[in-house]
Amino acid sequence: MALLDLDPTVVATARKLAARAAEPVVSIAKAHTTVAVERATLRLAGITGADSTHRAGDVPWVNRVIDTVREQCGLEHGVVLPAFHALRENNIATLTELAEATAAGQVRFTVPAGRDRDRAAKAGGTAVAKGIKTVDRNRAQRDKLVTKLGDPPQRPWIYLIVATGDIDEDVVQAQNAARAGADVIAVIRSTGQSLLDYVPEGATHHGFAGTYATQENFRIMRAALDDVSKEVGRYVRLTNYASGLCMPEIAVLAGLQRLDMMLNDSMYGILFRDINPIRTFVDQRFSRQVHARAGIIINTGEDNYLTTADAVDAAHTVTVSQLLNEHFAHEAGLPDHLLGLGHAFEINPKVPDSFRLELAHALLARELFPDAPLKWMPPTKHMTGDVFNGYLLDGFFNLAGVLTGQSILLVGMMTEAVVTPFLSDRDLALANVRYVLNAAGNLAEDFRPSPDGLIVKRAHQVLGEAVDLLERIVDDGLLNAIADGTFGLMKRPADQGKGADGVVEKADEYFNPASELLEAGE
Amino acid sequence: MSRYVRPYGDTTGDGMIQTSFTLPVPFGPKADGAALQLANKMGMDPAMVVHSHAIGADFTFFVVYGSVKHLVDLDEVRVVEREYPLLSPSEVNTTLKKLLRRKFVVVGGCIGTDAHTVGIDAILNIKGFAGEKGLEYYRELKVVNLGAQVSVPELVRRARTEKADAVLISQVVTQRDAHILNTQEMAAAFREAMGDRRPLLVAGGPRFDPLMAGELGVDRVFSRGTTPGEVASYLVHAVQEKKGVAA
Repeated sequence: MALLDLDPTVVATARKLAARAAEPVVSIAKAHTTVAVERATLRLAGITGADSTHRAGDVPWVNRVIDTVREQCGLEHGVVLPAFHALRENNIATLTELAEATAAGQVRFTVPAGRDRDRAAKAGGTAVAKGIKTVDRNRAQRDKLVTKLGDPPQRPWIYLIVATGDIDEDVVQAQNAARAGADVIAVIRSTGQSLLDYVPEGATHHGFAGTYATQENFRIMRAALDDVSKEVGRYVRLTNYASGLCMPEIAVLAGLQRLDMMLNDSMYGILFRDINPIRTFVDQRFSRQVHARAGIIINTGEDNYLTTADAVDAAHTVTVSQLLNEHFAHEAGLPDHLLGLGHAFEINPKVPDSFRLELAHALLARELFPDAPLKWMPPTKHMTGDVFNGYLLDGFFNLAGVLTGQSILLVGMMTEAVVTPFLSDRDLALANVRYVLNAAGNLAEDFRPSPDGLIVKRAHQVLGEAVDLLERIVDDGLLNAIADGTFGLMKRPADQGKGADGVVEKADEYFNPASELLEAGE
Repeated sequence: MSRYVRPYGDTTGDGMIQTSFTLPVPFGPKADGAALQLANKMGMDPAMVVHSHAIGADFTFFVVYGSVKHLVDLDEVRVVEREYPLLSPSEVNTTLKKLLRRKFVVVGGCIGTDAHTVGIDAILNIKGFAGEKGLEYYRELKVVNLGAQVSVPELVRRARTEKADAVLISQVVTQRDAHILNTQEMAAAFREAMGDRRPLLVAGGPRFDPLMAGELGVDRVFSRGTTPGEVASYLVHAVQEKKGVAA
C-alpha cells in the first residue's frame, strides 16, 4: 500500500528521463564489443583451463586465444568466426586444444568468407547454444530446488558475507551461517580482482581480504550450499560479483555454476574502479543479458555513492542511479523480480531526525520500485570502533528494513571497519536481526507516516531533486555527466580509464551467436 | 592522577572489566568452567561468567565480568609519537590548497615484474581500504595510477610530464630481494634525472620495513596495513616541511 502519495506523473517523468539519458549509451553498447565479451562467448562455447607453463603464471586459455585472434585478424568480426574456422582448417576437435595449438604458434587466425564463414558460424552457434543450454538447465534446477526446499519463510531475506580468502574456510563459514539463519551467502572477492583482465583458474586459498571468483570456487561453494540447503530445509542462495574488467565472463561462469545473485551495477566500475566508461557499458549489457537468461537476481551498487558523498545531500543521486539501473536492466531483458536495486542506511547518526530521513529514503525506493527485490545495505561509514554503539545502529537499520518492506537485508556487523567479523560477531548480528523481525516484523501494518510529516515531505523532495538531476543529465549526456563528476564525486571521461584498449567497434559483419540467442531470448 | 591505576567499575580501585570471547567448546557446564579458567589466567579474579550461549554445535560465546589484579604503572607507559598528525580528507584538502594554490600531483604504480596492484589500488582508488577512501577521493590531489609492471624509465618520464609532487611505488609479491633492488633502482633513476628537484619518493608493500627508507633512497616507507589517510597525512606533512625549509 502506498504511503507516500507520490505523483504518478512525476514518477512517469522520472522514468522517461532515465530512458532518454540511457538511450545514447545503449546505442554505443550495441555498436561495440570488448575482449571480455568475446572471452565470455568462448567460455559459453566450452573453452576451459589455463596455460600453466607461461612464465607470468597461469594464463587462461581463453585469453591466449582472444589475444592472438585480435593480433592476427582483429576482433571486429567477433572471435567465433576466426576461432571455429581455425578449428576446422587445422582439424582440431576442441577449443581448449585450439588454445594449446595457438600458444605453440601453430595456428593462423583469419576471418572466413563465403561457405567457410557459414560453416564456422554454424559450428560456433552450435557450441554456444550448448553453453546456453547448461545455463537454462541450471535455472530449471534452481526452480526445482526452490519448489522442493522452499524460499526463506520471511522477508527480508537475510544476506551474509563470508571472506576468508580460502575457499575451503569459506565453505565452513557459509554452512555455519546458513545454519544460523542466513538465506543468502555472498563470497567477497579478493581485493583488486576487479582490475584483473582475466579470470583466475581453479580452487584458490590465498586471497587478499576475500576469495578469488573462479569457476571452480563457484562450483565448490554452490555444492556446499546445496548440501546445507537440504539440512536447513530452505534453498540457500549464493552471491558473487559480476563487476570489473571480467564482468561478462564472470556472469557466464555464474550461469554455468548456478549462482543465484550477482553484484552488477551499470556504473560502479566506472566510478569506483576507474574502468573505461564505454568498456563498462558494453560489458554491462552483455552480462545483464546473461543474468536475465540465468534467472540471476542482480544487486546494484547505489550504497557506494553514500559512502563517498553525504547520504542526505546525495540521496537523490541514489534515486537517479536506481532509475538508470532499472532502465539498463529492462533494456537487457531483466524483469522486475530480478532487479535487486541497492540503497543504504548511511546518514550520519548525529544528524537530527536521521532515522526519519532513512525511513523517507527507504520508503521512496520501495514505492518507486514496488516489484523489485530491493537490497538494503547496513551502515559502514559511521561505524567506529565503538562496537556497542554499532550494535545499536545496526538494530535501527534492521528496524528501518522491516518497517519499509525491504526485500534483501545485508546483515550489518558491529565490528565493521574494525576486524573481519568474528564467529561471535556474525552470531550477534543475526540475533539482532531475529529480535527485530520477531518484535516488529509486522509493524509495517500499523505504520502510516503523516501526509504532512517529515518522512512524506522528504521523500517528495528527493524525488523532485532526482527529476531535476535527470533533466540535467539528459541535456548534458550521460557520458558527459559521468565525466563531470555527477555521481559519487568522481570525474571519469569516456576516453580514459582502465580497459579502454579492450573495446572494439563492431564491423557490419560482426557475428556473435551468444548475443543473438540472448537478444532473442530463445 | 596517581602513578598506579586499576580499571574503574563503580568504585575506585575495584579493577572491574568486562570482556567477551568464544571458545571452541560445546555449550554446557564444562564450557563455562573453561571460560572461567581463561578469565582467571587473564588476571580476572574473581571472575563471573554472566552469560554464555551456543554458537552451533561446537562453539560457545561468553560474556565475563570480573576484577583484574593487574596494576597499570603510568610511568612505564611509552607511546610511539607519529611525527605528523592524522588529518581528515577535508583537512588534507584545505591545507594543501593553502600551501600550494594548485593540486598536488601523485603518480603511482607497481614497478618491476610485480603485477599485484592490490596495494597501490588500495591507497589510490577511490574505493580505498579499511573504510577509508583512496587518494583519488581528495579534491586537492591529482592522482595518476600507472598500474602494474611500470618500468623505471617510464615512471620517471611520466613523473616528469605530470609534474609529480610525489611518486608512490608498490611492491607486493617479490622474490628474493627484488622489492629492495627495484626500489633502489627507482630512487637512483630519479636522483640522476632530476637531482634535488626530484619528487617525494614513497615506497609501500608488506615486505618493507619502515626503517629502511634511507637504505632504499626514498623519503618514506609504508608497510602492511597502511591506510590512504595515513599516506595523505604524510604527504601534507612533507609539503609543510619543505615549505618550512624554503621560508
